[in-house]
Amino acid sequence: MTAAPFPVGQRDYSLVGPDSRRAVEIGLASAEWYHSDVPRAVMKDLMKRTDGPAIRDTVLWFALLIGGAWGGIYFWGTWACVPFLLVYSVIYGSSCDSRWHECGHGTAFRTPWMNDVIYQIASFMVMRNPVTWRWSHARHHTDTYIVGRDAEIAWMRPPKTLTNFLALFDVIGATRSLFILARNATGRLTPDEKDFVPESEWGKLVLAARIHMAIYAATVAVALATWSWLPLMLVGLPRIYGSWHMVMCGHLQHAGLAENVLDHRLNTRTVYMNPISRYIYWNMNYHIEHHMFPMVPYHALPRLHEVIKADLPPPNLSILDGYREVFASLRRQKTDPEYFFRKTLPPSAKPYREEFHTLNIARSGT
Amino acid sequence: MPQWIRACATDDINPEDLIRFDHDGDTYAIYHAPDGRFYATAGRCTHEDVHLCDGLVMGHLIECPKHNGQFDYRTGEAKRSPVCINLKTFPVKVEAGEVFIGLN
Repeated sequence: MTAAPFPVGQRDYSLVGPDSRRAVEIGLASAEWYHSDVPRAVMKDLMKRTDGPAIRDTVLWFALLIGGAWGGIYFWGTWACVPFLLVYSVIYGSSCDSRWHECGHGTAFRTPWMNDVIYQIASFMVMRNPVTWRWSHARHHTDTYIVGRDAEIAWMRPPKTLTNFLALFDVIGATRSLFILARNATGRLTPDEKDFVPESEWGKLVLAARIHMAIYAATVAVALATWSWLPLMLVGLPRIYGSWHMVMCGHLQHAGLAENVLDHRLNTRTVYMNPISRYIYWNMNYHIEHHMFPMVPYHALPRLHEVIKADLPPPNLSILDGYREVFASLRRQKTDPEYFFRKTLPPSAKPYREEFHTLNIARSGT
Repeated sequence: MPQWIRACATDDINPEDLIRFDHDGDTYAIYHAPDGRFYATAGRCTHEDVHLCDGLVMGHLIECPKHNGQFDYRTGEAKRSPVCINLKTFPVKVEAGEVFIGLN
């Protein structure tokens, strides 16, 4: 048994605090992570880039956006606009996240400008600064759920369940995002942002925030000029009333699992989902696979899952099954912040990498 | 004048692929370009301490397996964020089916 690297109890999730320094000192930062073995020829085939699947999905994406917006405008003021706006809002406020994510990795399309264009559009829709979040997500992959290093830890311990589930209609997150964009537009960055965004990118970060804020200001101006909510229902507000699917899927990625480990099988969850959710989420339900091999495009993740599943913990069989696990773990973490849910590996799998978290594992459930 | 060190045989690397080569405490990446030429760079990405040997070669680009940053492996130029710092390159020569890397 090795000593736990972190004191039990209080955590500092900021990127410039004591947990951050300790993570660097003990070798948790920028460390080498566990990977399942995949023959090079198989991996090359899985990593292969192609435009076809993403063009097909993006044509459908724009068709749903345009169709939903058309119906929302045409039937505005009647109940008939509701189904159109529901579709529009989920495509705008939820699938924007997966498009932002995949195009940010540069894996969705083979053609770079296609990734860049969809990345910028999706960043606007999800209210994320395209510069800041490119770098924060790089850090998330370097130091996934390492306390004090990962800027994208959604479930800090002890968990604030009510706050996080209010985010289902992401009022808090969207409002916070808007304030961050507004602050960035004035040229101000937080110490955390300065920690993970290189100084050479700060100018681009401020410019992007100003463009986003200018579009929101124009939308508000049109809404006031027409004295109608409709412009805001089409730009900005869908990030709130259509975000439920993004939040529902996003919470399943890491909630209730381990922190400060170097094995994605311990801190990440793969969940089988229905085809509609997989379209909206662009197969990010294969999340262990994505974290282990971020170069594999979304459309190849089901194949990757088949290749390595014997080395992974059993996936959750549905969204509901995933949430049963999440809720049970979060309930325990309310009173015992050291607890995390540890799945039993199949006999065919290699053992977990356990050197950094022996105490946590001793306290975990199975 | 560089010292020429044998890195591998030409058929050790598939076209449009790379392998890792370690020598004297340092690590390198040796590339077989689609046009049949061979190139060599430093082995680790300039963004994080990740070896490029598990990355993806696309034409004359190498993509880092961790964060998808890209370099032109002929020049070492950083082509896609999050990489900002160019990759060090090394001269290569091919003789009698053997690939040599020029080290100082």
